[in-house]
Amino acid sequence: MNRHLISAADLSRDDTLLILDTAEELSSVTDRSIKKLPTLRGRTVVNLFYEDSTRTRISFEAAAKRLSADVINFSAKGSSVAKGESLKDTALTLEAMGADAVVIRHSASGAAHRLAGWVKGSVVNAGDGTHEHPTQALIDAFTIRRRLRPRGPDGTGGGQGLDGLRVTIAGDVLHGRVARSNVLLLSTLGAEVTLVAPPTLLPLAVGSWPCNVSYDLDSELPKSDVVMMLRVQQERMNAAYFPSVREYSRRYGLDASRMAKLPEHAIVMHPGPMNRGVEIAAEVADSPRSTIVEQVANGVTVRMAVLYLLLGGAELPGVAQ
Amino acid sequence: MCAATSSQSRGGLAVLDAQEIRRALTRIAHEILERTHGGEQAVLLGIPTRGVPLARRLAARMGEFEGLDVPCGSLDVTLHRDDLRLRPARALGRTDLPAGGVDGKTVVLVDDVLFSGRTVRAALDALTDLGRPRAVQLAVLVDRGHRELPIRADYVGKNLPTSQRETVRVLLAEVDDTDSDAVLIGDSA
Repeated sequence: MNRHLISAADLSRDDTLLILDTAEELSSVTDRSIKKLPTLRGRTVVNLFYEDSTRTRISFEAAAKRLSADVINFSAKGSSVAKGESLKDTALTLEAMGADAVVIRHSASGAAHRLAGWVKGSVVNAGDGTHEHPTQALIDAFTIRRRLRPRGPDGTGGGQGLDGLRVTIAGDVLHGRVARSNVLLLSTLGAEVTLVAPPTLLPLAVGSWPCNVSYDLDSELPKSDVVMMLRVQQERMNAAYFPSVREYSRRYGLDASRMAKLPEHAIVMHPGPMNRGVEIAAEVADSPRSTIVEQVANGVTVRMAVLYLLLGGAELPGVAQ
Repeated sequence: MCAATSSQSRGGLAVLDAQEIRRALTRIAHEILERTHGGEQAVLLGIPTRGVPLARRLAARMGEFEGLDVPCGSLDVTLHRDDLRLRPARALGRTDLPAGGVDGKTVVLVDDVLFSGRTVRAALDALTDLGRPRAVQLAVLVDRGHRELPIRADYVGKNLPTSQRETVRVLLAEVDDTDSDAVLIGDSA
């Protein structure tokens, strides 16, 4: 493992499987009456959130607390950032306070990477601009593996990848950092990823990504083991990426009749927050095939695994990111 | 495999062979039954890696002798260790409690080698988070001495006087690539 988690591309297959297997063992902690482990006692984790986020911040906070780390929450609103403090100065302040890990969400792509050069502790990217959101991709991979490649009742069958699974990711790929991280991570694990979006919502460089591209959701659904719907952000809806919300929903939204085209075992995912009725119909989101609630629950477990593997062992001197 | 399984070829001097391990486990199984009054309330928890197959073997024998189904599971102690900061983060083992849990039971922790006692200390902490057993006992295949904590085993397969420098390895058919179980002692490289 590297000292930081900035991009899903930094994770080798072995690293990824180690995180997923660790998360698998940690998942039992959630079912216990005492949901607490002493592993990160005396370590400090700072949640540095420059963008609004509910589930990611809460989930990182819960993960750190379950491992007994001290958590400092920092949000740009109501802090010195409102007075004009730069990211670097904020980082140095946190450094001086002795942060062992900084979890950062920022609207600028590459913010986590810059931060990693300024602080001594580990940096975990919790979403930077339109770039990456690696822990969400780990959560999605973990959720897929639990549903479609489950372990035996005696714990055998761990350490498996997602080889041979077909994953379709549909929605706003251009602005969605979840899509990029998922393409990188799922292909590392051996899954075959297909992106489906209107041409206006695909990045120019998508040809160099390790995935297929399609403009037609209906033709992809029958051969998908997993379909992951991405949110179309409200602020994009009126920006001429597509003619109207209704037309987008007709062509790229997942409703009950489209879900019926999926194979029997296929699952429906969404990293949240959802726009019910736009990219995903309410009846699909609430169906037993949907893993949306599981994804949130798995979020804490997977983030515990990441924090444990980054902070739980000896500090590795001289290991650059 | 050459016929003469010379102890040296496996990286140490054999101090227990498969037969002796079998006999030691049979004796421990009887002792546990005796001390737990027939094993009604006993739960065996193996500490990964090699404590787990040892716990299964003990549970199977106890079941044979008394005709009961002895609950058996595993207890990973990695997250409770006191030496985590000394090495890079380790992969976790499996914690698997039997259906009945541990509340009010007599838990017998099972491990292969008892050395500093730190693993057992971690296991006691891990157990506290899982429930409140009526009593906790410890069974080990080999006690090699050099305790660093006030911990002792209730059931011992073999007391093995060693020097700090020596290593003790236990090979078990379930987890190691070996055709017969053995306990080996060697000089640390």
